[in-house]
Amino acid sequence: MSVYMLRRLLQAVAVVFAMSLIVFVGVYAIGDPVEILISPDADQIERERAIAALGLDLPLWEQYFVFLSKALQGDLGRSFVFNEPALRLILQRMPATLELAFGATIMALVIGLPLGLYAGLRPDSPVSRTIMAGSILGFSLPTFWVGLMLIMVFAVQLGWLPSTGRGPTREFLGMQWSFLTWDGLRHLLLPAINLSLFKISLVIRLTRAGVRETILMDFVKFARAKGLSPNRVIFVHVFKNILIPVVTVVGLELGSTIAFSVVTESVFAWPGMGKLIIDSINVLDRPVIVAYLMIIVMMFIIINLVVDLTYSVLDPRVRLEAKGT
Amino acid sequence: MSGILRRNASIAVGAAVLGLAAVGAAAPEARAQTLTMAVGAPVTSLDPHYHQLSPNNAVADMIFDRLINTDNLSRMVPGLAVEWRPVGPTVWEFRLRPGVRFHNGNPFTAEDVAFTIQRVPNVPNSPSSFAAYVRPIQGVEIVDPLTIRLRTASPAPLLPQDLTNVRILDRETHENAATEDFNAGRAAIGTGPWRVVQHRSGDRIEFERNDGYWGDRPAFQRVNYRMITNDAARTAALLAGDVEFIDQVPTSDLARLRGDQRVTLSEITGLRLIFLGLDHLRAPNEDSPFVTGNDGRPLGRNPLRDVRVRRALSIAIDRQAIVERVMEGAATPAGQFLPPGVFSHVPELGPPRYDPQEARRLLAEAGYPDGFRLTLHSPNDRYINDSRIAQAIGQMWTRIGVRTAVEAQTWTTFIGRAGRQEFSAHLIGWGSNPEGSHPLRNIIHTANRERGFGASNRGRYSNPEVDALIEQALVELDDEKRERLLQEAKRKAFEDVAIIPLHIQTNIWAMRRNLAHTPRNDELTRAQDVRPASVPAAR
Repeated sequence: MSVYMLRRLLQAVAVVFAMSLIVFVGVYAIGDPVEILISPDADQIERERAIAALGLDLPLWEQYFVFLSKALQGDLGRSFVFNEPALRLILQRMPATLELAFGATIMALVIGLPLGLYAGLRPDSPVSRTIMAGSILGFSLPTFWVGLMLIMVFAVQLGWLPSTGRGPTREFLGMQWSFLTWDGLRHLLLPAINLSLFKISLVIRLTRAGVRETILMDFVKFARAKGLSPNRVIFVHVFKNILIPVVTVVGLELGSTIAFSVVTESVFAWPGMGKLIIDSINVLDRPVIVAYLMIIVMMFIIINLVVDLTYSVLDPRVRLEAKGT
Repeated sequence: MSGILRRNASIAVGAAVLGLAAVGAAAPEARAQTLTMAVGAPVTSLDPHYHQLSPNNAVADMIFDRLINTDNLSRMVPGLAVEWRPVGPTVWEFRLRPGVRFHNGNPFTAEDVAFTIQRVPNVPNSPSSFAAYVRPIQGVEIVDPLTIRLRTASPAPLLPQDLTNVRILDRETHENAATEDFNAGRAAIGTGPWRVVQHRSGDRIEFERNDGYWGDRPAFQRVNYRMITNDAARTAALLAGDVEFIDQVPTSDLARLRGDQRVTLSEITGLRLIFLGLDHLRAPNEDSPFVTGNDGRPLGRNPLRDVRVRRALSIAIDRQAIVERVMEGAATPAGQFLPPGVFSHVPELGPPRYDPQEARRLLAEAGYPDGFRLTLHSPNDRYINDSRIAQAIGQMWTRIGVRTAVEAQTWTTFIGRAGRQEFSAHLIGWGSNPEGSHPLRNIIHTANRERGFGASNRGRYSNPEVDALIEQALVELDDEKRERLLQEAKRKAFEDVAIIPLHIQTNIWAMRRNLAHTPRNDELTRAQDVRPASVPAAR
């Protein structure tokens, strides 16, 4: 197991390294940050001063090596725009994105699993058909449109929930979280629903397909023949078996929600990492872009690892294989 | 300005969404003591000397003061200086306002002005510093605690104007303050009408009224200054009553908001000209990169160097139609940099009259009876409706025989290419300060690195006659004479069609009906300009 972990870690380092190089060159190819950041009034002297101040007067390879040597000491550079360490900027905004992503994922599981189970067990009932038709909508409606509709209905028309922004926060584990306050939860609800619609649909479909497949298997028939109660058959035997694909997909989805909930964050003015990255791309704030993508790569690698470890808890066969090697 | 994602969202959905809103329930009315406002562009720093950027300057105006403030028409008014005058050809004297205190109780004196002038060029890592505004200053002489003299190397008539960009800090408080200290709120201490309570970067800034403010007392006790960059979401937040005031109202929502009983708009002609830059760099007998003959082969000459061609392109544009159809009325057709009523405006330089027939005649006279092919480049995420304006112009030019392709791209790539003179024709904007020399020296004057001229002259227009007039004006202390010189320079430059002016944008804010606002032509969104509708405007 430890060899396996070590190999995973080495992979991670290689990917992070490649990523930083690609992003560095990519941002350089898009354009010159100074052209975008500098006031139009600035004369040529001022432009040259800014270029030098941001270290952009060096040749690209030299800029990259400066970055690399600092990164090895844990310094991912300072944002051109905020003049603060890129890493700190990202970590400051991380709680907002994490609570949104976890909120959406929990909703996806709490709503998606029961509905999928029902649809799998009674595939022909009208309720199941409605659920499945609804899940198609969840897949196909664009997030920004649904987001604006949610705002229009629940904030503008009904006035039940706040339209945008993050509520008051409270400190927990040294970070600011808004889900700990009632008003914070109210602010969280609409964006979390918006993010979770796609995931709910995904979980419904995966669960249904899993149930349909598993229910016909021999061990289910055997369990029934043994005289186990239907509830025990479904919630212990069937359920455990359908969880593997669900965990895989939900894990990866969680990653992409944390990394790329840009649209929802910008529609709901949610001050998370997604908004930070899109703003940074708009002004070519390279230190933030590079640091962000490196963090995201690390995060995906960790999530994959956790997913793999969860398999071994859920599925004894995986555990046996691991012992065998 | 909005990004690509945001823009798509707002255009596609704006109309439908607002239709729904019409039947919406009445939202809670403004609570009297707190003003919640939402701006469309993020504030990136509370350090007033770190980044020369409008959203930052607006917030800096709430926390700090300048020696010379500007009113809503950008005219100079006394700020921390009550009086200023030249006391020699190269010396300006400022008499300072007595009895002013910073938020932490420290008194404001000439020492603080000297400290500020010394700090401005020395802010580390600044991506766009304020250094140029204090560069003319060679020496600072503190006459007494409330009098300061600034010495310049050569006559500097624009020094007061330059100093309207510099917010004054406190020596004692800010001696060692870094940009981060400002951002954290610790050092965001000025003499302005609002003190910072909390700053959550990219999300909101909370302010409290400075009851000891020397000027007009703001109408609200507290201000919640939020950043909502998505256009449709910002409008929705206003309609929902979550915020009471927004800026950068998207033109697609204008008609709808004008008809809404709960909302009122405030607008003013701005100082931002949208114009076309043309390739003056390639010689008349060279090829311009995006101009070809009708057969697609190189022409062997640069038609844009012929003033008849430039004039034809200018009068082929129906500016009124663009303003009405593309801009939904939120602009004024223009024939020069600044609107009427502003220093150095030239009365007889109206918007060029739309005349496609004359345009065709001029083209034929210049030797292009069948026109030529041209690509017009434009950003698509910078100015209001930028790429749609370019498309409209493309069609108008094609109508007179100049077959035009429009290539719109994101600002981040566009601006670099424009700066390298890669385009033949490009659409761009310029937000002036209200002193007419500013666009002239930056856009029209021949590019000259050593002397700091023509830094934004991306078409590389060059006319020694105009240059001489601009240079004369820049050292002329007499306002009347300077205005005449600037007007003459403009007359010559626009007669020569150095650039093709299109329109000046209108700045628009929207608010709940119980509020009133004094709109500013410099686009700044500040809480002290908002008041309950029942309270009359100050002064």
